[in-house]
Amino acid sequence: MIEARGLSKRYGATVAVDSLTFNVRSSMVTGFLGPNGSGKSTTMRLILGLDAPDAGQARIGGRRYRDLRWPLREVGALLEARAFHPGRSARAHLRALAASNAIPRSRVEEVLGLVGLADAAGRRAGTFSLGMAQRLGIAAALLGDPQVLLLDEPVNGLDPEGIRWVRDLLRSLAAEGRTVFVSSHLIGEVARTADHVVVIAGGRLLADTSVAELSARSASLEDAFFELTSGGAGTQATPQEKARTS
Amino acid sequence: MTTMAPGTARDRVGFPQAARMEWIKLRSLRSTWWVLALTVAGAVGIAVAVGVNTEDAAADLTNNALAGISLGLLLVGVLGVLAMTGEHSSGMIRATLAAVPNRPLVLAAKAAVFGAVALAAGEAAAFIAFLAGGAALPAGVPAPTLGQPGVLRAVVLGGAGYCLIGLLGVGLGTIIRHTPAAIAVLVGGVYVLAQLVAGFATWTMPYLPIAIVANSLSVVEPVGVGQVRFLSPWAGLGMLCLYAAATLGAGAFLLARRDA
Repeated sequence: MIEARGLSKRYGATVAVDSLTFNVRSSMVTGFLGPNGSGKSTTMRLILGLDAPDAGQARIGGRRYRDLRWPLREVGALLEARAFHPGRSARAHLRALAASNAIPRSRVEEVLGLVGLADAAGRRAGTFSLGMAQRLGIAAALLGDPQVLLLDEPVNGLDPEGIRWVRDLLRSLAAEGRTVFVSSHLIGEVARTADHVVVIAGGRLLADTSVAELSARSASLEDAFFELTSGGAGTQATPQEKARTS
Repeated sequence: MTTMAPGTARDRVGFPQAARMEWIKLRSLRSTWWVLALTVAGAVGIAVAVGVNTEDAAADLTNNALAGISLGLLLVGVLGVLAMTGEHSSGMIRATLAAVPNRPLVLAAKAAVFGAVALAAGEAAAFIAFLAGGAALPAGVPAPTLGQPGVLRAVVLGGAGYCLIGLLGVGLGTIIRHTPAAIAVLVGGVYVLAQLVAGFATWTMPYLPIAIVANSLSVVEPVGVGQVRFLSPWAGLGMLCLYAAATLGAGAFLLARRDA
């Protein structure tokens, strides 16, 4: 279970996240929807303690991320493709992360096989395609067999087969009772994968409801999404994403 | 899906785990080994060149044999910078901090592992350079031996110089985060500043890192040039430790407070 309580974050003059409060429950896939630059990635960084909120707090299973005893065994995160050193092999990258949380090395080979990177594991990760980089990121998230998963745009750069694989993976992880929080700007993908959805724009919460309920408001989830986000809250979205990437 | 290793006594992420992560990260980059090999080769090459061109035993032959250290220091310093800035430029830092949220612990582990590797490489460079430089001396010029007063100390402290400049690099990389800027500050602080200061404020000369390594650590007898008295070997070592500790301390302070 992930709880965000009044999370706020600004970068300079730009408000990235504005008093966000929501829960992400276990045993289901929760989609995190919003236009580009709406604050989804910032929210995930706040949950993981990578950025410090200006107000509010995020808790995972009742604790702040930094108080987790073995973070990778409790929470797996994919924040961005290529969050690895390009000169290091996929295997070495995962072994380093495994060592940090006393995860056995055999688990590295297990997740490499699981994401289909066993044959490329010895290659410098800098030579990977975007799809392979995403798979490595997913492998890192699964490394500690965590109960909670946060995945930021996991299907970016994946081919149709990869997209279906991620969808099935997320569904099966949720079916095992895990908490799965997955952001996307692909509404159709969220409609197919998620049970519940948190919608934000301009850093503000627009909806926190089941996919079925939201879809029923309009002709489709997509229509419902555009009705929500056309309320004007999403218009100030882009500058803060620029501020982050510069 | 899998069984996890039994917890340690503290049963939470601690220094041993963070250090193991940093050791795997450091050793799994080919550039680490290239730079260290080049450092040792450079020190030995210069020692041999100086040895061959020595005409008599009037100079401090130990210091001569360790002349390559001053140049090779830069390589280890840059490697230290990259150990941290490489994490920021690649995005690896977020994976690292998600794995070990205690940020001062991450930096302590990185500094300890990098420092140990740099010390080992530095001592190898110093000892091999000393022996090779002595062997390259022309017939009639007696080579210094480790048993002579001050010689062993000069070689050991010369090797330690690599480690301390490397740690200075780690500290600067943590503070500055961007590779080119951090390297510029390192090179500027260690080399360029020395040139400027030599012209304008000579009294600060003994406190400059490069002067400490060249004229305090790696000499048999403390020396002076004109009005300038260089620090004694141990005072010089203390000064370099202070520089490394100050930049690492500032780095830890900033790393703990800045968004990743």
